[in-house]
Amino acid sequence: MGIQTDPRLAFAEAGSPVPMGMLCELTHRCPLQCPYCSNPLELERKSAELDVEAWCRVFREAAALGVLQVHLSGGEPAARRDLEQIVEGCRDAGLYANLITAGVNIDRARLERLEAAGLDHVQLSFQGADAETTALVSHMKDAHSRKRAFAREVVDLGLPLTINAVIHRANIEQIDDFIALALEFGARRIEIAHAQYYGWALANRAALMPTRAQTERAIARVEAARARLKGRLTIDSVIPDYHARYPKACMNGWGRQSINVTPAGKVLPCHAAETIPGLEFWNVAEHSLGDIWRDSPAFAAYRGTSWMNERCRSCDRREIDWGGCRCQALALTGDASETDPVCQLSPYHQRVHQLAQEESVRIVEGFRYRRPS
Amino acid sequence: MSDLTRTPQLIRGVRMREDPARGGWVLLAPERVFKLDEIGREILSRVDGERSLETIVASLAAAFEAEPERIAADVVAFLDGLAERQVLAFR
Repeated sequence: MGIQTDPRLAFAEAGSPVPMGMLCELTHRCPLQCPYCSNPLELERKSAELDVEAWCRVFREAAALGVLQVHLSGGEPAARRDLEQIVEGCRDAGLYANLITAGVNIDRARLERLEAAGLDHVQLSFQGADAETTALVSHMKDAHSRKRAFAREVVDLGLPLTINAVIHRANIEQIDDFIALALEFGARRIEIAHAQYYGWALANRAALMPTRAQTERAIARVEAARARLKGRLTIDSVIPDYHARYPKACMNGWGRQSINVTPAGKVLPCHAAETIPGLEFWNVAEHSLGDIWRDSPAFAAYRGTSWMNERCRSCDRREIDWGGCRCQALALTGDASETDPVCQLSPYHQRVHQLAQEESVRIVEGFRYRRPS
Repeated sequence: MSDLTRTPQLIRGVRMREDPARGGWVLLAPERVFKLDEIGREILSRVDGERSLETIVASLAAAFEAEPERIAADVVAFLDGLAERQVLAFR
């Protein structure tokens, strides 16, 4: 079938899904230049960003639709001067406000204002477990010491803190150090997220890909730490899927639980969906969020199972992993409706394994840092 | 076996609220959502950082006309489970 073109049919077939979480990219501006950034290669300009009134309306519509948690992300969300009002609008709509930040440009006074506005939780990224690695990956010299200071302020104010570490070849041996860092700060949660190869990370894949042995060691370390720190530190991990046998249930299924809004108000089923050619995305400037969720062509395209090829549609796992990731299928096979080639049942599976192996040992000069073009 | 003088409290960053779109109640936590059944909601609606486990069990026993001894284990297991997931703490 390839793509579902009848939005109503897709919506009904998927059981009229209700979204749970919304990722809001408030801006693409960021003081860091991480080479695996999840933003698109084509970054949005400041002049195109939604204003605070528009965001507040989107929050109210999201709450009415069933969204419970909002992840305020970027770029760096604190690059917006009106972040406090955005947080306030989020809480006024009854939503859980989660700030996803690099933590290099929020001082104590601003953090206090964000707290007063109703911020529920802070997720802070660390690019490395030491200053040298953080500087190398983020391309900002003093990022590490700024982040450390910020983490201490967050905990000092009593806000719950999650540390996020994106894992790749340059820091994969630092798993235990990242965990130690989280414990040192008094964070209650850490995300060990192996790089997912879309956008900037895809452009830098050969410089980022760890070897299979490194990956296995990293997974073992996470498992050991999880057992050791049960009840003290929650460790969530995103496993590196190029080395896996079955694909991840990307976004828990296309158009099932999640909404992503770009700085300019375009609404996507996932942050990388724009890499898929031919999808029509609607904008909150022209449609209500509810209409977009139910009726927009992009959300209908891969919702449910009727778009699937025979291999996926007849598979027992079709409603477990939903065929895996569309963007990855596209990036690795050229066809977004293919079985995610991470799946061992995909005819492209061997090629992906081979590619992961070859790139993980290739010596690459440096990163292509994330910058506006 | 388990100490009923402990006092449970949701930790900061965790909130219980109704979920009208899906029905029922949920516990919102950092980047996680826990769906609560009716019993879970009844237990958590009595968790306020003031009442001890003993008081909570007594209140539930009265509301549901059950023997406190019969429900204590379930209440403790439920709240210990939430503590392990770091959404609740005892003092």
